Amino acid sequence: MRDRPTSLPIRFDAVTYSAGTTAILREVSLSIGAGPPTVLMGPNGSGKTTLLKMAMGLLTPVSGRVDYADQKDQARRHAFVFQKPVMLRRTAARNIAFALKAAGRANDPAVIARLLESVGLGALADRPARRLSGGEQQRLALARALARDPEVLFLDEPTASLDPAATKGVEDIIARTAQAGVKIVMATHDLGQARRLAGEIVFLANGRLLEQMPASTFFTNPATTEARRFLAGELVI
Amino acid sequence: MSALELIVSGDARLFAIVGLSLIVTLSATFFAAVIGMPLGALIALTRFPGRNALIVILNGCMGLPPVVVGLGVFLLLSRSGPLGELGILFTPQAMIIAQAVLIGPIIAALTRQVIEDLWAEYRDELVAMDLSRTSRVATLLWDARFSLMTILLAGFGRAAAEVGAVMIVGGNIDGFTRVMTTTIALETSKGNLALAIGLGLVLISIILLINAMAWAVRGWAERHAG
Amino acid sequence: MRLRPILIAAFLAIGTATLPASAQDKSIVVASTTSTQDSGLFGFILPKFKAKTGIDVKVIAQGTGQALDTGRRGDADVVFVHAKAQEEKFVADGFGVKRYPVMYNDFVLIGPKADPAGIKGGKDIVVGLKAINDKASPFVSRGDKSGTHSAELNLWKAASLDPAGTKPGWYREIGQGMGAALNTAGAMLGYVLSDRGTWISFKNKGDLQIAVEGDKRLFNQYGIILVNPTKHAHVKKELGQAFIDWVVSGEGQQAIRDYKIDGQQLFFPNAGTGS
Repeated sequence: MRDRPTSLPIRFDAVTYSAGTTAILREVSLSIGAGPPTVLMGPNGSGKTTLLKMAMGLLTPVSGRVDYADQKDQARRHAFVFQKPVMLRRTAARNIAFALKAAGRANDPAVIARLLESVGLGALADRPARRLSGGEQQRLALARALARDPEVLFLDEPTASLDPAATKGVEDIIARTAQAGVKIVMATHDLGQARRLAGEIVFLANGRLLEQMPASTFFTNPATTEARRFLAGELVI
Repeated sequence: MSALELIVSGDARLFAIVGLSLIVTLSATFFAAVIGMPLGALIALTRFPGRNALIVILNGCMGLPPVVVGLGVFLLLSRSGPLGELGILFTPQAMIIAQAVLIGPIIAALTRQVIEDLWAEYRDELVAMDLSRTSRVATLLWDARFSLMTILLAGFGRAAAEVGAVMIVGGNIDGFTRVMTTTIALETSKGNLALAIGLGLVLISIILLINAMAWAVRGWAERHAG
Repeated sequence: MRLRPILIAAFLAIGTATLPASAQDKSIVVASTTSTQDSGLFGFILPKFKAKTGIDVKVIAQGTGQALDTGRRGDADVVFVHAKAQEEKFVADGFGVKRYPVMYNDFVLIGPKADPAGIKGGKDIVVGLKAINDKASPFVSRGDKSGTHSAELNLWKAASLDPAGTKPGWYREIGQGMGAALNTAGAMLGYVLSDRGTWISFKNKGDLQIAVEGDKRLFNQYGIILVNPTKHAHVKKELGQAFIDWVVSGEGQQAIRDYKIDGQQLFFPNAGTGS
């Protein structure tokens, strides 16, 4: 699908990160390659968000390194959907236009309309973005990320505060995007969502990487007791 | 003649004074904003040695006494001063400069705070979008526009209400540099207290009217793009 | 967002609209005193001058000391003040070209109707001031180096008193203009020295009245001086001299004579004969 150089795989080599005296990531080494969605799992505070932001280049490791297959980050097409996306103070359509411009793409009304349509917001193009509902805002954030025509799309708990119907809407878009060849890297602690979307699971606990394996293996036969307890605990609740 | 009669009779001199007040203060607010807002945003988004000291000084300058500002600008623009060649002492331009100097720090300091708070909220999103430094500043200024409008109104109100600076650098020349506040001061000194109060009410009404208009614009804009 | 360039253009237009065409602008700046301005004299005579010559006279009303300083800095073309000694020094120091006597008015000692010093109706200012000192009655001084202030200090000297130096509690220096001094005197029921012009046009008389008037020592001479163009090359000497020539001419003198409030003449022209 793409002729341009790929940044995948993204390699973490003994990456450590701390905020003040609190260690967030401890000596994490992993490789995120092309293929079906990679889903980061683990309890709150396990380091999922930090790992995502570091892969995106928003945070710099205290020690260790993050490497991309291509060395030039100028042309890199990565996009990020935050847990609480910031809606710019303008209409939905202009939020998309803004992202297009930032990515150096032409401000084409047809492209904007198609992106809004693809996340089901076609009718709300002229609505101020801050007046959209939580689910609509999350979908607009997705459309804005897709406006970058990303090779890799990072998502941090994209459905954390949404009801089931809104969650389904967002998941459908993610699945479609993955099918279109975009590499999905997302964090969630919704087990059902992980089962539905993941091709690969990365399991973190307390800042350490405990498991990285195909999703089917992780859910049936996790290697660590932490992962087993996590799966069991979550299922009980 | 009472202030009410002056207004009702559409006194041309009163309108000239009100007009000059608005031109001087709106121009001063404009120039103070053009310099103060990007400056405040720049300080909000950059880290450099002495930044905290600069912020403290800037915040402190929000309380600059108008008379001191007026005196400083007076000494600068006086024929015997460094900018005497311009020959603009006792002109409306001098008054615009003095008021801009007076409210520039207010606009810069408040903008700095607003942009810094907004930056904390927007940082990750804007960096993730690969925005250039100038685009970041422009985006933050635009998205903070409703707060910035309130800042502009604060600056405008302060400039419109001050008398010390324009009195010194304008000279309160009848028909040339006489504005609302210097007229009020003059009428007070002449003992025309009723007229002075009346003019004061006119001034307050104008400031209220401008604030009401700004509020209406804000409401409209927020419904359509907020 | 698209509105912004329009707004910017509008503001710039407004800003530049206020710029006067200073090159061919036919106007002069006259530094004068608050008492002349507050009395309304300029409002009466300047339109006549403008009608005849087309010259705009921009008056900055300050205390005499400040007005002379404005001239000294070169920020005015003409000074029109009333403190003879200071004016002569101004000319002697080379800041002014020549001093022309223009007119006089007189000072009056104003006091509360209750008259705590018991000097109402007096004709001798020295007796009046001594009584104020003896009774320690409140006295409001301009304290602003104005012509009225220096006249007041000279009168205390004539009475062999020095309240400005010894600063007794009843002597209050307010550092403001004539109208403000009268307002203050009215509020604290004190005595105050005022020029007659400001007193007549002062609307907030309250419980104040004239206590002492008519003493020769209360005579108040005004002079007009062109700022020296050899000190400040930008001084508009032709226009400034034209104004001076008009003020001391028969026509200007008549205009001064014609200015009345409530039928009372405020200023007495004496260009030919005055000092």
